[in-house]
Amino acid sequence: MTGKLKAGLAALALTTGMAQADSVTVGMITTLSGGGAGLGIDVRDGFNLALEHAGEHNIRLVVEDDAQRPELAVQIAERMIQSERADILTGIIWSNLAMAVVPSTVAQDIFYISPNAGPSALAGANCHPNYFNAAWQNDMLHEAAGQHANELGYENTFIMAPNYPAGTDALNGFKRYYEGELAGELFTQVGQTDYAAEIAQIRASGADSVFIFLPGGMGISFMRQYEGSDVGLPIVSAGFSFDQDVLPAMGSAALGVINTSQWSPDLDNDANARFVADFQEAYDRLPSLYASQGYDTANLILSALEAADVSDMDAFRDALHAADFASVRGDFEFAANHHPIQTVYVREVVEADGVLTNRIIGTAFERHQDVHGENCPM
Amino acid sequence: MVEARREFILNAVIVLALFAVPLWALMAGEPFIISLATRVAILALAAVGLNIALGLGGMVSFGHALYFGIGGYCAGILAHHAFSGTPVAFGLSGTNQMLVIWAVAMALSGLVAAVVGALSLRTSGIFFIMITLAFAQMGFFFTLSWPAYGGEDGLPIFVRNQFPGVNTMRPWELFLLAFGVLLVALVVFAMLRASRFGAALMAIRQNPDRAAAVGISPFGVKLTAFVISGMLTGLAGAMMADLSRFTSPAMMAWTMSGELIVIIILGGVGRLCAPVLGAAILVGFETLFGGWTEHWQLWLGLVLLGVVLFARGGVIGLIAGREGHG
Amino acid sequence: MSLALVLEQLLNGVQFGLMLFLMSAGLTLVFGVMGLINLAHGSLYMIGAFCCAAFAAMTGNFWLGLVAGIAAAAAAGAIIEVTVIRRLYARDHLDQVLATFALILILSEGVRLIFGPFPLYLNVPDVLRGTVDLGVTRYSLYRLALIGFGIAVAVGLWLLIAKTRLGIQIRAGESDREMIAALGVNIRWLYTVVFALGAALAGMAGALVGAIQSVQVGMGEPVLILAFVVIVIGGIGSIKGAMVGALLVGVIDTMGRFLLPRAFATFMEPSQAMGVGAALASMLIYLLMALVLILRPKGLFPAHG
Repeated sequence: MTGKLKAGLAALALTTGMAQADSVTVGMITTLSGGGAGLGIDVRDGFNLALEHAGEHNIRLVVEDDAQRPELAVQIAERMIQSERADILTGIIWSNLAMAVVPSTVAQDIFYISPNAGPSALAGANCHPNYFNAAWQNDMLHEAAGQHANELGYENTFIMAPNYPAGTDALNGFKRYYEGELAGELFTQVGQTDYAAEIAQIRASGADSVFIFLPGGMGISFMRQYEGSDVGLPIVSAGFSFDQDVLPAMGSAALGVINTSQWSPDLDNDANARFVADFQEAYDRLPSLYASQGYDTANLILSALEAADVSDMDAFRDALHAADFASVRGDFEFAANHHPIQTVYVREVVEADGVLTNRIIGTAFERHQDVHGENCPM
Repeated sequence: MVEARREFILNAVIVLALFAVPLWALMAGEPFIISLATRVAILALAAVGLNIALGLGGMVSFGHALYFGIGGYCAGILAHHAFSGTPVAFGLSGTNQMLVIWAVAMALSGLVAAVVGALSLRTSGIFFIMITLAFAQMGFFFTLSWPAYGGEDGLPIFVRNQFPGVNTMRPWELFLLAFGVLLVALVVFAMLRASRFGAALMAIRQNPDRAAAVGISPFGVKLTAFVISGMLTGLAGAMMADLSRFTSPAMMAWTMSGELIVIIILGGVGRLCAPVLGAAILVGFETLFGGWTEHWQLWLGLVLLGVVLFARGGVIGLIAGREGHG
Repeated sequence: MSLALVLEQLLNGVQFGLMLFLMSAGLTLVFGVMGLINLAHGSLYMIGAFCCAAFAAMTGNFWLGLVAGIAAAAAAGAIIEVTVIRRLYARDHLDQVLATFALILILSEGVRLIFGPFPLYLNVPDVLRGTVDLGVTRYSLYRLALIGFGIAVAVGLWLLIAKTRLGIQIRAGESDREMIAALGVNIRWLYTVVFALGAALAGMAGALVGAIQSVQVGMGEPVLILAFVVIVIGGIGSIKGAMVGALLVGVIDTMGRFLLPRAFATFMEPSQAMGVGAALASMLIYLLMALVLILRPKGLFPAHG
């Protein structure tokens, strides 16, 4: 057994040795198995598409599955840093995994570029020069939802999220900009599948609208059951719960839902048109928000590599911060805390050519920045 | 007796290999292999703990992740308060001294194991499996939804805790520390098995009525074994948190309890070095296959199934022969 | 907090409980007759849901999908029994736990290989959409249908066990395994049938619940743990116990999630009460289970005296 292990490890060492001297190793730790695999697969596919579009590049991409387990992610990060000699890590989908991996990674002089997950700690007090977030700070899209609820004239909203830190961030983000009353506020269990009890409370609360943050399967379950309950109150939400990964499974229940996002497949710019068309061609499905973030992350890294050598950390950091690439979301720049300043759009779920997707109907924020940056010493 | 000697040689080979592989990695400049070996040693320690309850006492605990998690949170919470300079509770301050953390982790997981054991040992068979699972699930949901220490996000340990005379940030030194503790645990296990207490424990497993007839109190003996078992697994949890520099509810998930059982059965139930071999196989599998295919869990499942169906007595049983299981 | 809301929540609890019963009945039957702990029962639930969703999408008909889901789960159950489970009857619980744990890994990844990583779409059939007026409150028609369905299956299962030849063999198998062999019953065949029956019930639950939940890989495990809680509370091997346990768990879990945050809000600051209440609600059924086992170590309705 140990002989076999040694042989395998020697093989690993060999691939490391074979890597070209001037290539840059990007380690992608993402979720490719289990219930949350769809998100990780989209990030990876978006990233790969950007590399393909770039043509010549010197990135060596190493992808590994974290199975959505924090301790496994930590172990993989260690292997990528020590054995693969990765210069840059990326790929993590979930806030709890990011909190496990990012602090020790950036402390070892490795860059981490987040294609998803922006926990408030990493945007505020624990921000770091080597950490960049190419997606959003967790609160951002929820803040936009709160802002847009005002514009829609909602005055008595029922708000709900799972009982974990990202859920607390969501409710706080919504309340930060929402000016009306709260008809009710609920924490659900993480991974909960039955929402009958919550829907009954929404019905009884006298609310005029509902704000939810229920990513992945939780959102699918809720929306199906909500549709069947005939409560019929309008729903506002952040785009996470209503994107291409879950819309086909939600079906008609999602039609007409207003959600906020920094990206949409119909966003009108050249980079996005090319991305959406080529992604569909390459993978035979519509890209999701997560795929767009993977694509942008790769392009951000490519643009920085063009301007500076990764071994010159200060120069490379400045090049990343310049964010000199054509983002599929249009204008994109980094704030001092290395999180995006970006426009957040309001979208509506529509059916086009028999497929459920999103369409932009307005703008919630122009050049929006997260609030945690003020706690960041950078 | 041939089998016993073969198992002794095999044990020596396993332990030596666990030392030799990271030593080779140290020479070859592969620090990751060293931390992988550290992980094997710590998981093995947790499984040695479970092996006392499961292998010697026949108590199939499907909830040992609870003690693993309690140990992990002891390390995380004490380090967190030491780092931020805030008191834990009642004016007691945190600490970054591993020895103190270990003592607290073992005391607390022992205490919880005493309560859980006292309640669970009223049942047997599948009911025992399920009630231990229930207690672990309570711990899991508690840590998941209690916001004070990070909830689902878990609790990072920004600076690894200290051990006198050891630089814990150096992979090799941390490995030696974990390896040393594992060796001590293996010695404790062997001594326990050879002691009168161990004999009583195994007598109860084989025939509780006869054991009671000769004046052994099944409840007291089993409970004591269960508490020792929980304490060792708790110690492993504290060390694992330091290795990962992170602790989270995932340490208490039911799949973690399952993983510990898997480790023991892979190696061979009740065998001295089963936890070491089982942990090495599991970690090796995860690392090698995880890099090659995203469907590695499918292959892991097939291997496990193969071991249960065709290699009774685990891999050690396969090599050393059936006998020798105390 | 109106009476109508409390009644609606009770109804929700009963509906949840009846779906848990479908899961638990198979689990408890398999344990009662063969003495087997089957952790892979949740995977059969998942297979039922996936096959129902795929077939319903293909044919455009939910009911055909439901039949396909049940059939697929039963077939998968039979195949698993013949190839793997059969070798485990004589083993101890430990081997059974590990082997069926391995089956979870295999089946989950297998389903993902076949159906892909994204959740599938499965919707409520047209005739069962919308709500009905129950006088005090409006209630989802589909959930009401699930309650009816659950009761019908429970009655059917009772008739099967009490009145048919197969039922007599099952009961004989529960009380004395050597005896049925002496009676000339083909035990191998009986075991395969019982396992497939349990699998079919799990698949049915998966397909029915799949229409209002997310059909995704890993959907079976949370339900599996709950089903174990149910049968342990009820007394393993007892169908009656499974029914009582399922209703208890369903109602207590639903009411706990509903009432606990409100109870804490009477003496705590609201947002804190919400967190503490939700935390305690998620632990409630495990507390219940521990309590039952401490008071009655073999569950409420011990199957073997």
